[in-house]
Parts: sequence; C-alpha cells; structure tokens
Amino acid sequence: MADRAPLLQCLDLCKAFGALAVADRIDLAVEADEIHAVIGPNGAGKSSLVGLLCGQLQPDAGTIRFDGREITGLSETDRPHRGLVRSFQVTSVFQDFTALQNVALAVQLQAGHSFSFLRPARGDRRLTEPAAALLDRVGLAAAADQPAHALSHGQQRQLEIAMALALRPRLLVLDEPLAGMGAEESQAMIALLQAMRGQVGMLLIEHDMDAVFALADRISVLVAGRIIASGPPATIRSDAAVQEAYLGGEALGRDIPATATEAP
Amino acid sequence: MTAQDRPARRLLPLAAPAAGLLLLLALPALLGAIDQGFLVGTATRILIYGIAATSLNFLLGYGGMVSLGHAAYLGIGAYVTGILSVNLFEDATLLGLGGSNLALVAWPASMLVAGIFALAIGALSLRTKGIYFIMITLAFAQMVYYLAVSLERYGGDDGFMMIDGRSRLPGLDLAGHVPFYFAVLALFLLAAWGFHRATGSRFGIVLQGCRENEPRMRALGCPTYRYKLAAFVIAGAVTGLAGALLANLAEYVSPDYMHWTQSGDLLVMVILGGVGTALGPLLGVAAFFLIEAFLPGLLHLAGLPDLAEHWRVLFGPFLVLVVLFSRGGILGGLRRLPDLLPSGRRDARG
Amino acid sequence: MTLVLEQVLNGLQFGVFLFLVSAGLTLIFGVMGVINLAHGSLVMVGAFATAAATQALGSFLLGLLAGLAAAGLTGAVMELLVIRRLYRRDHLRQVVATFGIVLFANEMVVMIWGRTPLFFNAPDWLGGSVELAGGIVYPVYRLFIIAVGIAVAALLYLLVTHTRVGMLIRAGSTHRETVASLGVDIAALSTLLFAFGAVLAGLAGAMAGPLVSVETGMGERLLILSFVVIVIGGLGSLPGALTAALLVGLFDTLGRAFLPDLLKLVMDPAEADTTGGAISSMSVYLLMAAVLVVRPSGLFPTAAGRH
Repeated sequence: MADRAPLLQCLDLCKAFGALAVADRIDLAVEADEIHAVIGPNGAGKSSLVGLLCGQLQPDAGTIRFDGREITGLSETDRPHRGLVRSFQVTSVFQDFTALQNVALAVQLQAGHSFSFLRPARGDRRLTEPAAALLDRVGLAAAADQPAHALSHGQQRQLEIAMALALRPRLLVLDEPLAGMGAEESQAMIALLQAMRGQVGMLLIEHDMDAVFALADRISVLVAGRIIASGPPATIRSDAAVQEAYLGGEALGRDIPATATEAP
Repeated sequence: MTAQDRPARRLLPLAAPAAGLLLLLALPALLGAIDQGFLVGTATRILIYGIAATSLNFLLGYGGMVSLGHAAYLGIGAYVTGILSVNLFEDATLLGLGGSNLALVAWPASMLVAGIFALAIGALSLRTKGIYFIMITLAFAQMVYYLAVSLERYGGDDGFMMIDGRSRLPGLDLAGHVPFYFAVLALFLLAAWGFHRATGSRFGIVLQGCRENEPRMRALGCPTYRYKLAAFVIAGAVTGLAGALLANLAEYVSPDYMHWTQSGDLLVMVILGGVGTALGPLLGVAAFFLIEAFLPGLLHLAGLPDLAEHWRVLFGPFLVLVVLFSRGGILGGLRRLPDLLPSGRRDARG
Repeated sequence: MTLVLEQVLNGLQFGVFLFLVSAGLTLIFGVMGVINLAHGSLVMVGAFATAAATQALGSFLLGLLAGLAAAGLTGAVMELLVIRRLYRRDHLRQVVATFGIVLFANEMVVMIWGRTPLFFNAPDWLGGSVELAGGIVYPVYRLFIIAVGIAVAALLYLLVTHTRVGMLIRAGSTHRETVASLGVDIAALSTLLFAFGAVLAGLAGAMAGPLVSVETGMGERLLILSFVVIVIGGLGSLPGALTAALLVGLFDTLGRAFLPDLLKLVMDPAEADTTGGAISSMSVYLLMAAVLVVRPSGLFPTAAGRH
C-alpha cells in the first residue's frame, strides 16, 4: 500500500445518547483501496458508527477526515458528492420504482441538480444507459424492469449496491450488506464485493464471519463503542481481547480460511 | 409495466381523457342546447377548483406533503386580483401600487404574491414533517385568514364586491360566461399538462423519491428540502392563479375563500378523485360539486326535505366511508371497471 | 396597571381552555399517532350538552357532569367506530376522515338545535365579581375556570407520574408493540385515552359556554389554536402543552388588548388600529413561526415528535 494518508480517518470520535456512549473515542482509518471490516457484538455501536461517518449523526467530539479534508461538520447530503457513500442495513430501495428506475434515480442525483420540470426523465438515455450498465455489473440486468418490491431480498441488496455505485463513490460504507441472506445469495454478494476490490474503498460492517474473513484486508473490532483491536485478519483471530469479547470466541472459532485471499 | 392484451385495458387510458377533452370543449354548446346555459358558470367553477386541486394533488400525491392550508393561496390570489380591480375602480393605491383590471397584470400578480406566501410558509413548515407539518400548514392558513379579516378597508369579515371585475384580456372579451369558460379551460389544460409533465420530469422523480423514502434520498446526496420547497411554491403560485380566476368568476372576494374548511374541501376533492393521478383531481372536484348540487335535490325527491337541508350530515359519513374503504378514489374505481366486464373475470385479480 | 393585570388573568383563563383541548390532542397525537380534526367537535358536544342539561336540570354542576359524560361517550364512540381504523393509515386519510366527522357533527348540532347560538349564563353561585389584590375587580366565573385548570393540571401530573400509562406518556412511547409488551391492552388503552381527551375537551366546551356563543363550529377556533400550542410545546408533551397553552393564551389576549395602543406610539391612530388589529390576530401564528425557526420540534421535544 502506498505511503499516503488514509482515505477515511476518524480521530477520537465520540457520541453519547444520555448515559449511553455509542462511540467512545473511536480511531479508525480506511485506505483508498482496501476492504476494511468492522465487527462486534450486537449493540456495540456499529450502526451509530455508520451514521456518524455518513452524516446522519453529529459527533459530540472528534474529527472525521475524508480525502485529506475535514468533513466532521459536512451535511449528510454533501458527503456522497465527495465520494463517501453508504448502503442501508434495512433495505431501503424505492419499492414502487423498477430496479432500473432505482439506479437511474441515483445516477440522476449524482449528475447534478434536478430542477428540470418538463423533459421526461424515464426515457432519458443519459440516465438509463449508465443505470443499465450498473445493474449488469451487480448481476441484476435480467430484473431491470421489475418493480423493486418484486425482487428477492438478495436482489434488493444487490440493487442497493448498484445505487451506491451510481454515485461514483471513493469509499463505500456497507452496513451489513449480507443481512438476512441465504447461503447462495451471500456467495453472490461476496463475489460482487470481491470484484469491486481495488476499484473502490470499502468499510464493511458485518456479522457474517465467512464474508469478513473472505474479504477483509484489515478488521477492526468494535465493542461498547470502542475499537478494542485493529489489524489483519490473522492478528484479530488470535487476539485474546477479541476472543473474550465474543464470549469464548465462538464467533471466530469456526472453520474459516486462513487468509483473505482463499476462496470460501 | 407488462403489456395488457385486452383491448379495453389498452384503449382506456387514451380513450377516456380524449373523450373528456371533447366533452369539455363542447360543454357550453351542449348546455346551451338543453337550455341550461347558466351551468356554464358551475362548469367554470369546477375547472377553477380543478386547477387548485391539481396543484394540491401534485404536492400531495407525488410529493407526499399533506398541506392542510392550501386554500390560503386560493384566497390570496383572489384578494390580489380583487384589490387591484377595486383600486382601479376607486382610483386608490395600496402600498404605493395603483389598480389594474388587466388579466396580464392581475393574474401574474396573484401568482407572484401567492408564491411569496408559499415561500415563507413553506420555508418554515418544511423544516418539520408528519403531523407537525399538517398542523403548521393549517395554522399558517388560519393566520392568512385572519389577515384578510383584518383588512377593514376591503370589507373585513364580509369581503368585497368587484364592480365590473372581469379581468381584461387583449382581444378576448371575458365578460361573457362562455368566453371566460374557455379561457379558464385553456388555463386548466395548461396547468394539468404542466403538472403531468412535471411528475415525469427529473424534478417529479426526485419528489416522488422524497415521498417514498426521504432518508434514502438524503443518503443518496439529494438536498431534499429545496426540492420540496420548490414544489410547495409552485403549487401555491398555481393555486394563486385559481384564486384570481375565482375572483373573476364571482366578482366577489371574501375571507371565506381561505377558511380552513375550504382547505379541507380541497383535500376531499383530491382524495375523492384519486390521489396521485393526472385526471383524478378534476374528477374529484366534479364529484364534490355534483354532490353538493344534486344531493339536496335527490333527498327532496326521496321525500326527505329536512335531510335535504342538512345533506352534510350524510356527506360527512360518506367521506369517512370513502377514506376507509375506497382504493384510489373515483379514478381507481374507473380503472377497475374493465375487470368487471364479463370476459374480464379471468384476469380480474388486479 | 390594573388593566394589564386584568388582561393577564384573561390570558391565563384563555390559556386554560387551550390547555384542556391541547392536552387531549397531544396525547392522541403522541401516543396514538393520529391527527384528529374532530377534537373540536368534542368541545362543541361538551358545550351543547352542558347548556341543554343545565337548562333541563336547573343545576350547572349536573349540567357540567352531563356535558363531560356526553363528550367522553362521544369520544369513545368516535374511537371505536372510526379512529381505530385510522391508526395504520396515512395522514391524509386521517385528516379527511376526521374532517368528515366534523362536517357530520356540525350539521347534526344544527339539526338538533338550529343555527341560533344557545345562550346560557354562569350559575349564580359563580356569578358576580370579587376584588383581588392590586385593586382589580375580576369575574368569579373566570377565576373558577383558572382554578379548574390548575386542578386538572395537577391531576394530570399525578396520573402521569403514578401510573404505567403515565410512564409511557412521559417516555413519549409511541410504538404500539412496546406498549402492548408491557401488558397493556392497546385497544382498550386507545379508547380510554381518547375518551379521556374527549372529556377534557368537553370540559373546555362546557366551561366556555357562558363566555362564548354555543353554536355550530365553535370548537374549530380552539382546535386550530391548540395545534399552535402543540407545535410550540412539542408533540406528545404534557408539560409542553401547559406551558405553550399559557404562553399562547397570554400572547393572544395581551396582544389584542395592547398592540394597537402600543403602535399608536409610533404610528398615527387610524393606521395603528388597522395594523394593530391585523398583527394581533396573527400574533400567535407569528409566535409559532418564531419558535419553529429556533426549535422545529417545539419547546419540549419528545420521541413522539418523530411522527
């Protein structure tokens, strides 16, 4: 990896809701071409971290730097335009739009303002062609004209990725992309994220350890709002504090590949 | 959408609007033929409210903004045109501006002032959502109502009449029922077309996205507030035009135009016709006025003269039933008609 | 000075009406997530029932009880027949359905009592005026209203701090599943809460009878002002409703009483009257606007405000 500043860097990030500290002096760095996974038990503050990074939540203290510039106070609607894009844990695609229309909307939002009142947007090739290409990239080309609510859960998660990609991200913050997926769908998603490696940085919040160890270049472990360990997968797997945090290491003790490059 | 094989399904979307347009164009002649020429005024009123309802439908059905104060813009538009007319007649000024009875001055002025109010009210209201938003729009509309009532110079509570109030258009004498009807029809068609195009435009798509999932839109980088505000202002301005036309029609302006029940009526018209459809609003307005016009008469015929006077005691529960049990209003019902045709029972699953 | 004090008391008295109507409304908004335009009709029911019963029974107290019972009953019926079916529906439908109820109620009242307002006077034992500190002579009936307001506020405080339901309300709990999981029968709770709000509204109407004309549509003015109160106070917050109600009551009353005169200091009298009249009638809404700029969720924001 090149010896330059990380693409995303948080320093001393703090956020508390009353007495509950969801972020307790979090330091995190993500390189431009890595897949960095964040794991941790339920209630560790993973979703809050995503909210803080992407602007849905304002930190009480600490800074976030992206691409060398401070973005701590930047609004959530400005961050995607800098290249910091998120996906949602609970599927939130536009149910009544088709898959193509969903991605076309994202393309439209990336392209600039939408104060165009008379020209039809639906047939606009400047929107539909990039959208179709993105659907193809995530493997949804066949479902392009289906309404989103008719897609399977796994397909909807793929659609989320396509929409995120439409925004031309430098860093994708993926909030449990494999949530609720069966084995086959998970494999497809892991393959998709593998294929994206190097083209876009990824911060992957996940529970699914297969995916984490298959994909991650580095892993950070978040427990009760604090990062208790951070490093390559092998280091994390053997870290005593991490094993303790997972209550006897059951989550990490499964039969998993030794390195991230081994296919599951 | 997958193609439908049955001819009725395919033709209906085109046939109905076309037939409707022909009907609207021929209406004055038809009414004259059956010696009901005075109903042209009613038809004009329906079209005027149709403009207001269409703009509210855009805001509500596509933007998801339940504005319970929309009648305020109707009233503002009426007052601007009315005040300009009266000031001309009395050779008076308001805020340094003289009067006018030119349509090309009064009508844009009505739109502009209504738009400015919509900008101010929208800027504040749109910082909230849900129930808050509804209550705040209602409250601000009430404020505008009280503002109008306080205008002692313009009749206060009672409002005022416009003498020779019909606005002047170059080349077209609007004083007659029929020319005015056609002028209003033209404006309605323009507004309906404009909003229809807008719903399919980039702006309309963004608005629908905001309605469906605003947090998602924001996470996609969309500054939702400004789009919603733009929609609010546009809807307000167009309704202001409807207000100007209303003042012209009645040649009378009063705070009643912006009473909160008028805002309620507008929402009723929208929901009756079918929310979020292009043709629904006009159908809803027509249904509303037809019920208002004919229900009392029907009750009389049914031998219930007391009930005829108090027809609203039936209309209220009717509304409740419509809300609870109808899907898609009148237009929704019409769209399901082909399913009821005999050969359609096979694929009437909807 | 006595004039100011008198208007302050008037403002507090008006604030009590607003509080009674807003308290029920904010509970219904906050806990049940329903917007109910027909709440004003419950005020009207209270007023009419009390007026009619007082005339028939000859006793204001009995009439008052009758009014409260009528309002509570009407509220319960309204909830069971209509409101119950609106919880899961969108706000537009809630608005139009409850608007339909308003049309029905307003017309029903005309069918029964006609369009001429009912007049009924405060009972003799609450009539007349007393002299208060500061040399003001103030009507007993209005003091009665203020006293009732204080009593109701105290009662609500006790209820909210000492019952399970009260705990939910304080927490701004709006998730129906959460409520149900606490062993509370959500259906029964909804009807009860609604009826309770209705009784409060009916109380406002009943007491307002001697002061305003008891006629069709009388509840709507209080309703819309109550919306303002709730926006300023914060949706779902009882302390907010109380604070904002008193604030709005004072603002409106004092504004109407003194603004034209204040403006006469800087404008000529005729203009001051018109401008003063205009601004004072808008003043409450301008106050709401000012609060919105600074605190879009109201002075006492609650979780319910996310509806």
